Amino acid sequence: MKAKNLYDKLWESHVVRKEEDGTTLLYIDRHLVHEVTSPQAFEGLRLAGRKPWRVDSVLAVADHNVPTLGREGGIQDPVSRLQVETLDANCSDFGIEEFRMDDARQGIVHVVGPEQGATLPGMTVVCGDSHTSTHGAFAALAFGIGTSEVEHVLATQCLLSKKSKSMLIRVEGELGMGVTAKDVALYIIGTIGTAGGTGHAIEFAGSAIRSLSMEGRMTLCNMAIEAGARAGMVAVDEKTIDYFRGRPFAPKGEFWDAACRDWNTLKSDEGAHFDATVEIDAKDIRPQVTWGTSPEMVVPVSGAVPDPSACADPVKRQGMEKALQYMGLTANQKIAEIPVDKVFIGSCTNSRIEDLRAAAKVAKGRHVAKSVKLAMVVPGSGLVKRQAEQEGLDKIFLEAGFEWREPGCSMCLAMNDDRLSPGERCASTSNRNFEGRQGPGGRTHLVSPALAAAAAVAGRFVDPEELS
Amino acid sequence: MKAFTHLDGLVVPLDRPNVDTDAIIPKQFLKSIRRSGFGPNLFDEWRYLDHGEPGMDNSKRPLNPDFVLNQPRFKGAQILLARENFGCGSSREHAPWALEDYGIRAIIAPSFADIFYNNCFKNGLLPIRLEAGIVDRLFGETASVEGYRLVVDLENQTVGLPSGGKIPFEVDAFRKKCLIEGLDDIGLTLIHKDEIRAYEAKRKLEAPWLFDGRNL
Repeated sequence: MKAKNLYDKLWESHVVRKEEDGTTLLYIDRHLVHEVTSPQAFEGLRLAGRKPWRVDSVLAVADHNVPTLGREGGIQDPVSRLQVETLDANCSDFGIEEFRMDDARQGIVHVVGPEQGATLPGMTVVCGDSHTSTHGAFAALAFGIGTSEVEHVLATQCLLSKKSKSMLIRVEGELGMGVTAKDVALYIIGTIGTAGGTGHAIEFAGSAIRSLSMEGRMTLCNMAIEAGARAGMVAVDEKTIDYFRGRPFAPKGEFWDAACRDWNTLKSDEGAHFDATVEIDAKDIRPQVTWGTSPEMVVPVSGAVPDPSACADPVKRQGMEKALQYMGLTANQKIAEIPVDKVFIGSCTNSRIEDLRAAAKVAKGRHVAKSVKLAMVVPGSGLVKRQAEQEGLDKIFLEAGFEWREPGCSMCLAMNDDRLSPGERCASTSNRNFEGRQGPGGRTHLVSPALAAAAAVAGRFVDPEELS
Repeated sequence: MKAFTHLDGLVVPLDRPNVDTDAIIPKQFLKSIRRSGFGPNLFDEWRYLDHGEPGMDNSKRPLNPDFVLNQPRFKGAQILLARENFGCGSSREHAPWALEDYGIRAIIAPSFADIFYNNCFKNGLLPIRLEAGIVDRLFGETASVEGYRLVVDLENQTVGLPSGGKIPFEVDAFRKKCLIEGLDDIGLTLIHKDEIRAYEAKRKLEAPWLFDGRNL
């Protein structure tokens, strides 16, 4: 039998039918829905007189617009409020399960799905959100879709799609002191570029990837889209299976045993073909900081802002110059000399319990620098928040001068009130440093939770290992 | 969906790589629960000198005269010429909605981000991939020739130059058919509903936990 890679296996087990040109009707097991990309899809269903094909496959949660402060007073912005109320109304009209804003299980859709066991190995998972790639950490085929496709999946339980090429990114060796999954993700994007994975589904493999926790693997797969790949994935191992034990949506009893047997096959066969392979040595990866307006514009915290004049490609050089101008930085400036105004610890990339523990470890017994206007911690879900509070992490953050907020997407994309003012510079654990992403004129530097906490304490970028 | 067959359109050049969907339509406009009306806020942060919010009268806002869409010679453009990795980032379909609402019907670039590329076809918008060298030449010609137009022929998969030359491009057969005929994907898929049911029945036996695991 021909050796198959993980992506082949996941794809083939979901093919309903295939057209001559390769266009495939692909079955979708889990559909996650949030308030921003779904209203027009529900409206489309209504206009056509259609109903959802399988409501039990859908789980909804509002995350982008929800406030992280003063939630008991409801959403103040009427436009945001209408969008969340529209989701509530659509879910109750169509009989879809939703975790509403006052539910302890509410949070960022990509944190909530795995946390509930609504994402399982071997599933196809979609959501009208590009960071759906996160769920690939569990050997699921997970990718973001547009609103027309949200409607298509609601109406048919399928997507029309064509198989992507496959890419293997193998990271071998031991990760150095203080090097996290976020640094691995940023290093990979810096290496292959933001379009490096375009047209591909990426499997992350190698000893350094296996050594990551499930939280770390989620951080890595989350940023596959920042490397251009709609889907990123990691093979099943014992950590994957252990993660789901006892989760509310996970199978129980004899079904659990049968599921485990199936899940254990979710890995690439020996000698399986990949259309592209990238080899990375773990020891080359240092804690990373982005300097520009694309996640590929990244250097180690010990490094300096690159010089565009040294870049041979004129299109790229122009892009670098525009980025430096926007970011208010100059060529060859040391990263460690860049001061920060605000610090954001949160987002679907880095808001899980492990991330909060890493940040708290740095914050413990220290204090946010006077020059820092705001340092905020936004847990990924109500359950992450509760767990962190049981561990006393909230106290560590509060004593250190951080704000401790309610769960949501928050300042990753600033659709709620959490945002940067023009010119403000932020150390952020989120995933995109695009112009205006965290607020018009705002300047974003992507970092790991430990580095973000260290930047809050020092008032500038610094390797946490070097903090006195 | 609006059908797309043939387009003879004015070209507007947007000369920067990695144009992301946050730039195409900033997040504050994503709070709308409608599918239309995004055109005036296309490239909002580059196009206007002030900060835009939903509900503002865009006709009264100060335009950025340096931004290419605001230059009189590109008024009414229907073809956007762009650089590599156009449409990267967020999956928001509001990006093609904004482009379409503005009047853009085709985008030419060396490469597109996958989700954006896919979203275009659902909205009667044709993304055309051409080699970087050819795109570079088109940028040059657009800059030097006022009123530079191209002719997109989807049936024959060519981009026609003013000189009479034709550049071929690739597009999936299925996507092409849907665009030319303006077909509704969902209706097409539901023709195969028995096959979907049959697939589900088989999977329920093989992997019952994929069907509401809580109740198992």
